[in-house]
Amino acid sequence: MGSLQGLLKETWHFYRKTLILVTRGGKIYYAWCFSLLAIIVVGFIFYWKQHEMGLIETNMTDQVSWGLYIANFTYLVGMAAAAVLLVIPSYIYQFKPIKEIVVLGELFAASCMVMAILFVMVDLGRLDRFWHMLPFIGSMNFPASLLAWDVLALNGYLFLNLFIPIYLLVKSYYGKKPNWKFILPFILLSIPWAVGIHTVTAFLYNGLAARPFWNASILAPRFLASAFCSGPAIIIVIFQIIRKVSAIKIEDGALFKVAELIAYAMFLNLFLLGAEIFKEYYSGTVHMASFKYLFEGLHHHNELVPWIWAAMAMNVTAFILFLIPSTRERLSTLNLGCLLIIVGVWIEKGPGFVIPGFVPDPLGEIHEYVPNLVELMVSFGIWALGLLIFTLLMKVAIPIETGEFTHTDYERGVITKKSLDYTASLHKINKQ
Amino acid sequence: MSNKNYTRRGFIRSLSVTALAGLSLPLLSSCSREEREDFLQKHFLEMTEEEKKQVIAKLEQRYFEQYGRKFQISTQEALPEILWGYGLELSRCIGCRKCVYACANENNTSRYTRQVHWIRVLRLKRGNLINLEDSEHYYAPETVPEKGFVYLPVQCQQCQNPPCVKVCPIHATWQEPDGIVAVDYNWCIGCRYCIAACPYKGRVFNWAEPNLPKDEVNPNVHYLGNRPRMKCAVEKCTFCIQRVRQGRYPACVEACPTGSRKFGNLLDPKSEIRYIIERKRVFRLREELNTESKFYYFFES
Repeated sequence: MGSLQGLLKETWHFYRKTLILVTRGGKIYYAWCFSLLAIIVVGFIFYWKQHEMGLIETNMTDQVSWGLYIANFTYLVGMAAAAVLLVIPSYIYQFKPIKEIVVLGELFAASCMVMAILFVMVDLGRLDRFWHMLPFIGSMNFPASLLAWDVLALNGYLFLNLFIPIYLLVKSYYGKKPNWKFILPFILLSIPWAVGIHTVTAFLYNGLAARPFWNASILAPRFLASAFCSGPAIIIVIFQIIRKVSAIKIEDGALFKVAELIAYAMFLNLFLLGAEIFKEYYSGTVHMASFKYLFEGLHHHNELVPWIWAAMAMNVTAFILFLIPSTRERLSTLNLGCLLIIVGVWIEKGPGFVIPGFVPDPLGEIHEYVPNLVELMVSFGIWALGLLIFTLLMKVAIPIETGEFTHTDYERGVITKKSLDYTASLHKINKQ
Repeated sequence: MSNKNYTRRGFIRSLSVTALAGLSLPLLSSCSREEREDFLQKHFLEMTEEEKKQVIAKLEQRYFEQYGRKFQISTQEALPEILWGYGLELSRCIGCRKCVYACANENNTSRYTRQVHWIRVLRLKRGNLINLEDSEHYYAPETVPEKGFVYLPVQCQQCQNPPCVKVCPIHATWQEPDGIVAVDYNWCIGCRYCIAACPYKGRVFNWAEPNLPKDEVNPNVHYLGNRPRMKCAVEKCTFCIQRVRQGRYPACVEACPTGSRKFGNLLDPKSEIRYIIERKRVFRLREELNTESKFYYFFES
């Protein structure tokens, strides 16, 4: 009974303290959270309309049957996979500056995963039948369907990226060292799993022989390369915000190291894109149509052309900024480069990747797609929700990491460590 | 030690329960009566005979309320020793689209916003048949046929190796023993992966609640075929499963004024379709994709 009471008290303490942490902050914090909440509410209202009327509320058609939602989904899976970039050096090579921030990186990955899953859910026509997709309960077409693979891979990754940081934080909360023998296998597993989620997502498109634009074996490597640009870029920005608004220390050296990794990844990304463009343009078969639509327009349809060239310019500029040590190691140019990459890769890998797969369609019809207000608002709503989740997670995780929010606080106030030990020994005696 | 575990577990559990309740409550309360009634309905292939009867009774009642007609809903299974195949003589097709509208009338497809058709007729300039990039889907001349053009009707090709079935994450679409690729409209979650996978644009989606005027409804339906459908599920040509399993021709075959459309059992050496495959110059669309379609286009001799 005593231990149950203690447990209840401790749980209550945790919830109460969490609630206090989350609800108290500066003016900027309130403004940020409430604007995110407002965007979420607006997005939800628009989604409601879509849910009631059907996907007719979007601009998707039988010709372009996936649009902005799936574009965002693809991009966010890449973002989430980028957490692996932080995991590898910090855990395996004990690289000091990055190690401090890896928990935060993994929580970011988890937030991205939540957004990615939500983008798939809002894209489903029949959310009420969602349970058909659950393993064992529904009738999952595994292993034939890559979408079934994706459901498992994404949820598994979400689990890992919640489990690892929560374990480390709980240990920190109790002021104890983590049991590495227990947690290291999970950490090691999360590395191939991160590569896995993005490979599976690439294969989702890659396996469709009906869509020559996606049916290129270079797709999965290209996905990974671009993910290793955009994910770390946003993490550099987030960590600068975190060190500004909290007591957590993140050294410049860690940021510059991540930026250097981005430079390599961006080189690979541009190289793979070049290889693909060469193959398409030099052989010049009818399969080039989608590329032509994307880069120069097809039969006077050229909606995506300015976007993709803007993306190309952003990616190349950012690559140069991150390649030269002097611009990489100055915060102003570093942040400019990050911003260019975040936007550039989003265009290239979101709309610039999903839409041309449908234009022209398999029967040669050219139907141009532009997302409408509903799609934009629902998308903003999901992004806002992801950012809010991440903000709140940070609000609790950072004090635990810095030692401001711990279990010992509670112990000092209500029961001492000694009395806990005493009750424990009493229990032992009783049992014997 | 146990204390910590419980805290963590309790935390995760209450978090997930809150999230689940938060998500599902508004979802279920927002559903229509029909959606709630159908919520736990099983996959068609997993239903017992008794369950099938109950579902049919429910649907008959619902359709009667909606359309004021008594529906005959068949769940007739595939006949043995049959593999359906289709022939289409391109040299005869004049592009009149009679098949398109006969199909719509037979199969209870949505009539407007958005109009749904299971057959598409492409107009191609003479001198070109394989590259469809220059095809015209929305040609509308005073009279057909037009000089200098040929017409290519395309519908679900009922592949023997169907990419749509492979990609469906939940087995909502499958191949029947007689070769027809069927959809359980009540199982489909509307992810549209099959639309992306089909090289023939054979699958269409009800982006909104389909609309079907009461006086245009066809009450002779099959559960896997032309029964009135709901919003946001995928659908496609079934070779008129409701007709062919009762020994009739598909509606498009009957409607064609030029006799370009042929239909029969590929396993029967004396069938018309076998005669065509053996004597005429046949080809199949996108043979290089290895879909093994059962839709044979052909030319005179």
